[in-house]
Amino acid sequence: MNGPIKLAWKYIIYHKYKSLILVACIFLTALLPIAIKILLSQFNQKITVRADSTPAVVGAKGSSLDLTLNAIYFKSGTVDTIAFSEVERVRENGAVAETPVLAIPIHSMFTAREFPVVGTSLDYFAFRGLSLQRGSQFTTLGDCVLGGKVAQELAVDVGDYIISDRDNVLNLAGDSPLRLNVVGVLGESRTPDDLAVFVDVKTAWVIQGLGHGHQDLNQESEESGKLISKSKDGIVASKAVESFIEITPENIESFHFHGDISDFPITSIIAVSETEKDDTVLEGRYARDSSIQFTKPSDDVRELMSLVFRVKQFFDANAILIAISTGLLLFLVMLLSMRLRRREMETMFKLGCSRNTIVQLQFAEMLIIFGVALVFVSVAIWGVTIISGDIVESILVS
Amino acid sequence: MIEIEQLRFRYPRSDFLLKIPELTINPCEKVAIVGPSGSGKTTLLNLIAGIEVPSSGKIVVDSHELSQMPDARRRDFRIAKIGMVFQQFELVEYLDVRGNVLLPFAINQSLKLTPAIRLKANEIAEQLGLGAKLKRRSHELSQGEQQRVAICRALITNPKLILADEPTGNLDPANKHLILKMMFQQAAERQQTLVVVTHDMGILEGFDRVIDFEQFRIESSVAKSRAGKPSSFDRGNTGGGTP
Repeated sequence: MNGPIKLAWKYIIYHKYKSLILVACIFLTALLPIAIKILLSQFNQKITVRADSTPAVVGAKGSSLDLTLNAIYFKSGTVDTIAFSEVERVRENGAVAETPVLAIPIHSMFTAREFPVVGTSLDYFAFRGLSLQRGSQFTTLGDCVLGGKVAQELAVDVGDYIISDRDNVLNLAGDSPLRLNVVGVLGESRTPDDLAVFVDVKTAWVIQGLGHGHQDLNQESEESGKLISKSKDGIVASKAVESFIEITPENIESFHFHGDISDFPITSIIAVSETEKDDTVLEGRYARDSSIQFTKPSDDVRELMSLVFRVKQFFDANAILIAISTGLLLFLVMLLSMRLRRREMETMFKLGCSRNTIVQLQFAEMLIIFGVALVFVSVAIWGVTIISGDIVESILVS
Repeated sequence: MIEIEQLRFRYPRSDFLLKIPELTINPCEKVAIVGPSGSGKTTLLNLIAGIEVPSSGKIVVDSHELSQMPDARRRDFRIAKIGMVFQQFELVEYLDVRGNVLLPFAINQSLKLTPAIRLKANEIAEQLGLGAKLKRRSHELSQGEQQRVAICRALITNPKLILADEPTGNLDPANKHLILKMMFQQAAERQQTLVVVTHDMGILEGFDRVIDFEQFRIESSVAKSRAGKPSSFDRGNTGGGTP
């Protein structure tokens, strides 16, 4: 077999373009379904783990999957908001809970440098087991803590700042960019938390425009042009009043919220009950609610994945058909090649080569072509396996 | 070297019939077989080489009766004992000169490729003026050079018999005589028997004997009656090319 293999190898090298095309055909036919299988498996594993680690989510009525994705992957999407007061309702759980339910608010509506800005409470870090790599937790309005990858990708660190993105550049009356002071950077957890900018929920409301800071108007007169009217009942400011886009020790006192904070919006609440009974009670309470829903992320994600795997079955069938087509094409190429090489084979036969050896020669060629394609596929799969986590993460977070 | 008795051969589904009552070619003899196209010259070479098997009769080459050998043994015998040269050279395009010369060792496991064989390939190529062209592929060689490579390939196993089918058919006059001279020289040096099929009457000088194949076939019955005398003629008797 040594001789035929050497001859086959020399033939392949001599006809390198033809051989490369054959290798590419096999490579692409094999790689695509395998890579998708790996990515899907990673996707399933990551989303399931994340969902399983989040016992329950409370949020506005609508798609429970959207709500789950908002709470665990910070996807703003089409999720409606609920009032902040709901956090307290969940915590008390109708005063029947054996121990208070841990209720973590999530406000995920905005981005900073395209990374989601997540308004939450400090409980979130303990709940997710996230620890600071450097710096400290947010303590003041305008502070933020960066996920490990955010700091790495934006090359910002403790002491630097990032500016929140404007939600809609055409909406001048809407949210305004806020300079967020980086006070801490989290260690990498290989979860969506690596790709988030965490702020206190009140800072998120400032970004949303529900709270703001500006010049002290009590000291201004109507002649300054900054006031429209000033009376005992109140002050009406003009557009000339300068609003702060940065919260500093000097101006922090001027920041205030208009309205009742308990009515302010959040997108979801992560609810962690101590006991199954508390969980059931909480679920029961929201089952009858017309505007708020209670959902278990693990159920939503399993439903999603069952749908994904059903779709994948069609893809698998397609992949099999493509593999058969490729196989037939390769067979055709081999037959044509045999016809083209008839004289060469005839000469070999006349010199003293057996028909069996000639078959071995053809077989060795296909073996080498398949072998080389297999090596490429293996290397590609190795590469896909290594980066699949990041790919899935970016798909889930983006 | 070659003894043929009562040979009959017919291709399947063909009217062609080759009959050779008796033919002997002696060791170290240089024999030319001439005759018109379709007279069976190439078929005879294929029969002597064991590529084809006679319908009846006996072919003995170097004391081995080919018609009694199984297919695998005939192949092993052919690759080891017989060197073949073809009109179209039949070099393998994806191999360089050295690869083509050593081709018999790659296609039959009964031959073992050793460092000594590789050295010998270099030596033969050197002798035939191809020493500097061992790395070249066939399309980078002239026709004369290609045929020299084919001769090297035929010589590499050190066979006792060289069968050449129109070896000069595709060569210009200068290369024609050069190639023949080389073949005669190599055959003489290695004490090989040389059987050359040709229809080129201009190259018969130098052969020990010329067999007119057409005449041979027509007079096969006469030849049979000539006990121990093959239906061939000495070069001196060729006259107009037929006895």
